[in-house]
Amino acid sequence: MKLLGQIGAARLTLLAALLSLLISVPMATGARADDGFVEFVEVTGRLSSETRVYPETAAHPDQRSHASGFAAEATVYMEDNEGRSITITPFLRYDAGDPDRTHADLREAFLLLYGDIGDDEWELRLGVDRVFWGVVESRPLVDIVNQTDLVEDPDEKTKMGQPMVHLTWSGDWGALELFGLTGHRERTFPGRHGRLRPGPVVDRDLTSYESSAGEWHLDLAARYTGSFGPVDIGLSVFDGTSREPTLLPTLAGTELVLAPYYEQITQLGLDTQLTTGPWLLKLEAIHRAGAQNRRLDRFLQYEEEDYAAFVAGAEYTIYAVWDSDADLSLIGEWARDGRGRWATNAFENDVLLAARLGLNDEQSTEFTLSVLESLDYSSRVLNAEFKRRLSDSWSLHVQSYAYVGIDEDDAMYDVRRDSFIGVNLDYNF
Amino acid sequence: MRVALPHPMLAVSAIVLAALVWAGGPSAVLAESAEEAGLRIATDARERQKGYGNLTANLKMTLRNKRGQESTREVRLKVIEVEGDGDRTMFVFDRPRDVKGTAFLVHAHKNEPDDQWLYLPALKRVKRISSSKQSGSFMGSEFSYEDLSAVEVEKYTHRYLRDEACGDFQCTVLERVPLSEDSGYSRQLVWLDQEELRTIQVQYFDRRDEHLKTMVVDEFAQYLDRFWRAGTVEMTNHLTGKSTVLNWTDYEFGTDLDEGDFTKTALKRTR
Repeated sequence: MKLLGQIGAARLTLLAALLSLLISVPMATGARADDGFVEFVEVTGRLSSETRVYPETAAHPDQRSHASGFAAEATVYMEDNEGRSITITPFLRYDAGDPDRTHADLREAFLLLYGDIGDDEWELRLGVDRVFWGVVESRPLVDIVNQTDLVEDPDEKTKMGQPMVHLTWSGDWGALELFGLTGHRERTFPGRHGRLRPGPVVDRDLTSYESSAGEWHLDLAARYTGSFGPVDIGLSVFDGTSREPTLLPTLAGTELVLAPYYEQITQLGLDTQLTTGPWLLKLEAIHRAGAQNRRLDRFLQYEEEDYAAFVAGAEYTIYAVWDSDADLSLIGEWARDGRGRWATNAFENDVLLAARLGLNDEQSTEFTLSVLESLDYSSRVLNAEFKRRLSDSWSLHVQSYAYVGIDEDDAMYDVRRDSFIGVNLDYNF
Repeated sequence: MRVALPHPMLAVSAIVLAALVWAGGPSAVLAESAEEAGLRIATDARERQKGYGNLTANLKMTLRNKRGQESTREVRLKVIEVEGDGDRTMFVFDRPRDVKGTAFLVHAHKNEPDDQWLYLPALKRVKRISSSKQSGSFMGSEFSYEDLSAVEVEKYTHRYLRDEACGDFQCTVLERVPLSEDSGYSRQLVWLDQEELRTIQVQYFDRRDEHLKTMVVDEFAQYLDRFWRAGTVEMTNHLTGKSTVLNWTDYEFGTDLDEGDFTKTALKRTR
């Protein structure tokens, strides 16, 4: 365990060093070099300062009422004269309030090759990369290739890098992608001082796997995507180590903690969107076998339960609303999980209603308001967001979550007092 | 003195000839309606732009508000012609910095709505977006999406109005009315130079038929001895006093792009 911790610290230092090197490269942006392999080098990235305030008294002991710190992400992209490229993106988050939220991750480090096969095309990505699947707004359901970097954002949309071999064959019939994945990444969790966490702390030193190969199990995935007129469709299959751990209550000394346990699962996924006029009609659905639910049996073990889940919804946009340049998008989605009250997430039977106003002005000002309303419980999550560009390099992002009337039986009960407002100031280069 | 009467046959021939000349000459204009002439000229202008294969170019947009404050946008473009269909275009944003790496793919169609996808690099997400957003501003500029898309003849009805001088050129003036309900315009007046049928100026009228914007095209250069491309395009909004100048540079024709460079897969690897 101690060794693991040391490796973690060493990785953090290494990534931080790499990152500072990249950021200090004197703006080699878009530089063309004539020496052999590298013909084009580009360094881009973002430095972000963050402040979060949690106005309510914490539900669990030791939790801080604020979080502040910064994040840095930089990408170096190198391309040769035949279009072969290498992309490297280290990421670092420092949080003054929660040491467990301070973390580094290699978001990307891959070689990309592509070429023609007759009228069709192949593409190979080799290394650490991120892949997104899906169409809906409320939650990532089908998306499974990458681990969630949960400490970044409670919306589970920030993903960690994943080592993979990713082969794509595409033509006018669509694209077929094959993935070989290993080196499983553990989900990040807030630590003892952090908010937005379960009551007992998640102890990542106690991580275990169903597979005897542990994190080195070879996961396989395949995906087909195609566009047929107004319809975009994606079909996917994943067989391997779950990205979502079961959190097993365990005694560590005298303290009750949660031990992450990663099962072997098989997931079938469908994501589709019909785009017609101002309407977007969306559907994501999965069937997952091999995962455990939230129901403790009399041996204090969770039950294994195969289940299906879906998110169905629509987005309707009014262009030039109120005779201005602004667009107003209205979003409605229904999320359902076949496990009902034993679902391991907050989307057992919920409706998301959202309105997004984009001013289409020079600063790309955008307001979003949403409410996630549970149909089974009294729980409600309100979200308000504001984004605006301040200059060519600077931008502002304000976000606020409010957890209202969270039911004791709801999977979200542990975060019932974690409403917060966060302000991010970003410098993009 | 005998007056030589015209031979009846000759007289008939003369009348037939005159009728033929009349039919084939000025009558072609007279018989052709303003709509037919408009369509003929617009089709000819469009045909002259075809056959370039593919191209890449850089675009710098300078946005200027009423007080004269400026901000800039930088976009790279790749375009490929598709036989029997509209062009395919990839826009890659470089500036402002917060949207760096964002890419936008358009598969234009002649008789049906375009297909459009947006790539968001922070999430690695490809998002199919509605093509109804024709009248919306492109990156906060005075250009809307429809102003920047290729003018397909099938998307308008045309009418020939008049010939007149325009700057250094002698121009033909056409009126075109967009067929799409999503268009932000009731009509457009287009000045084409008679020699090369290049668009020199366009006046845009909003749905209330107010003169909303004027686009002026300048600094033409010819590529491959055939295709004329503008160096600068200025769009002025008469209602807000704001304007946007497009500066086109680094035009390259006949690159090694193929249709595989305009797919959702290619969108994700675009830098």
